[in-house]
Amino acid sequence: MRAPFLATLAGLTALALAPIAAVSAAPPANRITIKDFMFAPVSLTIKAGTTVTWVNEDEEPHTVVSATGAFRSAAMDTKESFAFKFDKPGEYHFICTIHPQMMGTVIVQ
Amino acid sequence: MTDRLTTRRGALRCLAFGGAGTLFTLAGGVLTPLDLLAATPKARAGAGKPLFVQISDTHIGFNKEANPDVVATLERGIELINALPEQPALAIHTGDITHLSRAGEFDQAHALLSRLRVSELHTTPGEHDVIDEGGAEYFGRFGTPSGRRGYYSFDHAGVHFVALVNVLNFKDKGLGTLGDEQLAWVAQDLKGRSRSTPLVVFAHMPLWSIYEPWGWGTGDAPQLMTLLKPFGSVTVLNGHIHQIVQKVEGNITFHTARSTAYPQPAPGEGPGPGPLKVPAEQLPGMLGVTSVARRHEALALSDATLA
Repeated sequence: MRAPFLATLAGLTALALAPIAAVSAAPPANRITIKDFMFAPVSLTIKAGTTVTWVNEDEEPHTVVSATGAFRSAAMDTKESFAFKFDKPGEYHFICTIHPQMMGTVIVQ
Repeated sequence: MTDRLTTRRGALRCLAFGGAGTLFTLAGGVLTPLDLLAATPKARAGAGKPLFVQISDTHIGFNKEANPDVVATLERGIELINALPEQPALAIHTGDITHLSRAGEFDQAHALLSRLRVSELHTTPGEHDVIDEGGAEYFGRFGTPSGRRGYYSFDHAGVHFVALVNVLNFKDKGLGTLGDEQLAWVAQDLKGRSRSTPLVVFAHMPLWSIYEPWGWGTGDAPQLMTLLKPFGSVTVLNGHIHQIVQKVEGNITFHTARSTAYPQPAPGEGPGPGPLKVPAEQLPGMLGVTSVARRHEALALSDATLA
């Protein structure tokens, strides 16, 4: 029993590691990095049903808060992340409420 | 008028070169600086009993390289205040009490601040204190005086204090906002008040434009200034930028306090207003607290570093 379970676990670990390995090559299409008080990319276009992940690479905490209240992260400290699944098409504007000069957009098609 | 302006400019120059602290006396709208180190004991004693002290940007919960021990530096600030020859009755905290608005951070900050030997602590939130929806953690602890609105006023020793909140609604460019409702409340609060009443107005973000690309200002502050201008002595205090910047406009003195946690870069230096890393031995000299004394009919501002 144990061996197949471990094998599955190993498989899952490999799967989990795969996207991280991809990061070093090129950022995945559904990720927004927060670095130097900027969202990168500042505008991201995705298909409905996609989950977007924001990752904070700054030493300063940031948040991601939708202008319409569609989503709201807690404080993300360094290396912490927040994910939201966009089901409905539209333009979603968001800011960091700690540094509201930081603005970004997710366009859902 | 020209003489007064010249005097004020001279005062600002002296502030810029002040060492451990600069004592400001405000008499008839004219600021006169005295360096704390240069002042004779008699002159210092003449500064009178501190009316209140200002603590700002304690950022409890911060633990990065710029200051791995923000508890220790806040404790040092509290020791400085508690060691004053005469204890002020009031302390104000101009926001960013915590770093991430977490309950444990507020609890720790509250326990530390309760060591201040003052009878009243008045606060206004910073944007780091209201990250959670509705600012529930902040308002649950500090919301009573303002009816959970964030803004309120009180009187002490003939001085009228106005606590404002400019971190709850951000508009274009990320500047702080007071909002029409709060401005209408200020107008009502000041209505019929004697113009000779000294005013102390405090908020977290600067109530004047220091550096807009970093949001270091308040978009509708000019409307507030229109309400404050008729008064003979107005002191506007804030935190947020973790460094001292000061200006005088008519009878209004603007002053931003140091943080007890970590310094921030000068406006526009570097990619953003993040923690500024400095050599450990330089850090205490870039952190501090402000005390305000009453000298006869005047208010005197004094900045002290933790060095």
